[in-house]
Amino acid sequence: MKGRAIIRPYGGLVSLRLDMRAVAVFAVLALVTFGGVVANVGVGEYPIPPLDVVLALFGVESGDANYGFIVNVLRLPRALVAVLVGAALAVAGAILQGLTKNDLAAPDIVGINAGAGLAAVTLIVAFPSVSAAYLPPAAFCGATVVAVALYLLAWRGSSSPTRLILIGVGLSALATALTTFMITFGDIYQVGQALIWLTGSVYGCSWEQIFTLLPWFAVFMSIALLRFRHLNALNLGDEVATGLGSRVEFERGLLVLSSVALAASAVATAGTIGFVGLMAPHIARRLVGPAHGGLLPVSAMTGGVMVVLADLAGRTLFSPVEIPCGIVTAVVGAPFFLYLLYKTRKT
Amino acid sequence: MRLLRSRAALVLGLLAAGGLLLLCLLASVRFGAARIGTWDVIGAFVDYGGSEDDLIIRTLRVPRAVIAALVGAALAVAGAIIQGLTRNPLSDPGILGIEAGAALAVVGSVFILGASSLTTYALFAFAGAAVAAAVVYGFGTLGGGMTPMKLVVAGAALAALLSSLTTAVLIFNQRTLEEIRFWLAGSIAGRDLELLLQVLPYLAVGLLLAFALGRQITALTLGEDVATGLGQRTAWVRFLCIVTVVLLAGGAVAVAGPVGFVGLVVPHVARFFVGVDYRWILPYTALLGAVLLVSADIAARLVLRPQELPVGVMTALVGAPFFIYLARQRVKG
Repeated sequence: MKGRAIIRPYGGLVSLRLDMRAVAVFAVLALVTFGGVVANVGVGEYPIPPLDVVLALFGVESGDANYGFIVNVLRLPRALVAVLVGAALAVAGAILQGLTKNDLAAPDIVGINAGAGLAAVTLIVAFPSVSAAYLPPAAFCGATVVAVALYLLAWRGSSSPTRLILIGVGLSALATALTTFMITFGDIYQVGQALIWLTGSVYGCSWEQIFTLLPWFAVFMSIALLRFRHLNALNLGDEVATGLGSRVEFERGLLVLSSVALAASAVATAGTIGFVGLMAPHIARRLVGPAHGGLLPVSAMTGGVMVVLADLAGRTLFSPVEIPCGIVTAVVGAPFFLYLLYKTRKT
Repeated sequence: MRLLRSRAALVLGLLAAGGLLLLCLLASVRFGAARIGTWDVIGAFVDYGGSEDDLIIRTLRVPRAVIAALVGAALAVAGAIIQGLTRNPLSDPGILGIEAGAALAVVGSVFILGASSLTTYALFAFAGAAVAAAVVYGFGTLGGGMTPMKLVVAGAALAALLSSLTTAVLIFNQRTLEEIRFWLAGSIAGRDLELLLQVLPYLAVGLLLAFALGRQITALTLGEDVATGLGQRTAWVRFLCIVTVVLLAGGAVAVAGPVGFVGLVVPHVARFFVGVDYRWILPYTALLGAVLLVSADIAARLVLRPQELPVGVMTALVGAPFFIYLARQRVKG
């Protein structure tokens, strides 16, 4: 087959078919991500030339003794969090869109973000004296509560993607309504803070956040990437998936769980960055097509690029004022997406 | 899979929904921040004496109840049409960027021009909604012919872009946030007869167009080919549908601000009762949307009396539990 490489090591025990286009796109996106991280780390009050950033990243002493500390301790975590959060949200969205066969599905729509948002905004507005350090766990709890409620309410002997989505929409509306209530009646200063959180920002992230996020990310991202075949099958419908030998309920449960866990951990770390979960999969689909083997990793990279570049733009455009990256993702991402839509208008 | 199977049941159900709406309207006139007895309420109509109570009933409560009913019906019908047009159950008028466009235009008018009256808001809201919808429709028809998929994703992207810009203004300008946050939550408090008369033509024309399009939308939901095969000029029908949605949702947003939930959820509730035929879905949706918004408005006035909640908050709090229950009971498979 043209444009594909078949890999069968160990005498055919493992067999992989690589879409060369997806591999190329993935490599390019990975390079852009790396460039974005380097640029993000170099820019700031104390600018560092890109070459020195790269040297410092690999632990090589260069011109300035402070570079190592600034790069690796102060600035790198923020850039890494941006990449991880973007990748997690994008894959969470790609899974939900694949499972529900719906272009509008995203972690936002089934209420995961709304649950996290409600918990965080309640904490900010109703308990202003509580330290901001409690925001991530509170947001994670909010997301988990919604996820558990969603599952309990949607399960009736079997799971149905339609029921899951509709009940998610209902739960999301409830949580959003309560959040709006907080925003409308809260003290105006705290409401401003809450809005920034709701928009999503990676401001002030440290290694601590990375170490909290990383286990979730590693476990559920690998599950998602390894189950891509089942996602492909489920995308064709339950009957086809059963015919192809997927354990439909089990695989679907596993995929939904990964999606929810990825979204919840991302939102807990950086707030409800919208747009990425919804749009990164669409951008990826326009780049490499709908098969999930290529789509999931490319979505992840697209999401990572989007957030890291958005954060870079948010920090530099109106410096010294910082724009939360959740705003910039859509402002930069939407025109790009519309451009892609225009380029591929014949299909 | 519908609850009402026979034609007689469908007609009876429609009458029942109409009766329910009437009850809600009466309750909306009867209950409010000021405590007015039932006889005084009746007196305001049959024996108008110009007392304070009479004035409250005639100039505040009655227009408000009518506005709530109209806005609810308009939003719900707009949602039903856009769901049919895009063949996507998650679509709502927001997918055309209508709410996001209206919100950005109003926030911009407050931020740049210092606008502060509901009438100005209405003007800007409608203009913003129309421009956003036109842009989304333009992208949806790129490369000849609108496909639902292109419309849906282009709309979602543009709506995200617009609401990000709105948030940016609100985060960096606390005065604007303070000024506009109640409007942004969606509310019909303080809307008077004049404002209603301003948007009534849009809403009325929109509703009439919608009911006239029922048969065509049903055909469209069966797919492009089927609709064409049935002799339909699909591009023309689609365009009319979009115009209808802009009239209805744009008019509703102009009066009440971005009230969420109604447009997304009420059509599903109607579908649980009547199935897939838009000739029935549309009237049911209109009545149920009106019932939801009028009852949410009553709740918004009574829950924390005399403090008022935005009706956009109450629609979800009143409607979501019922919707979740229905989805759990009715969606099989």
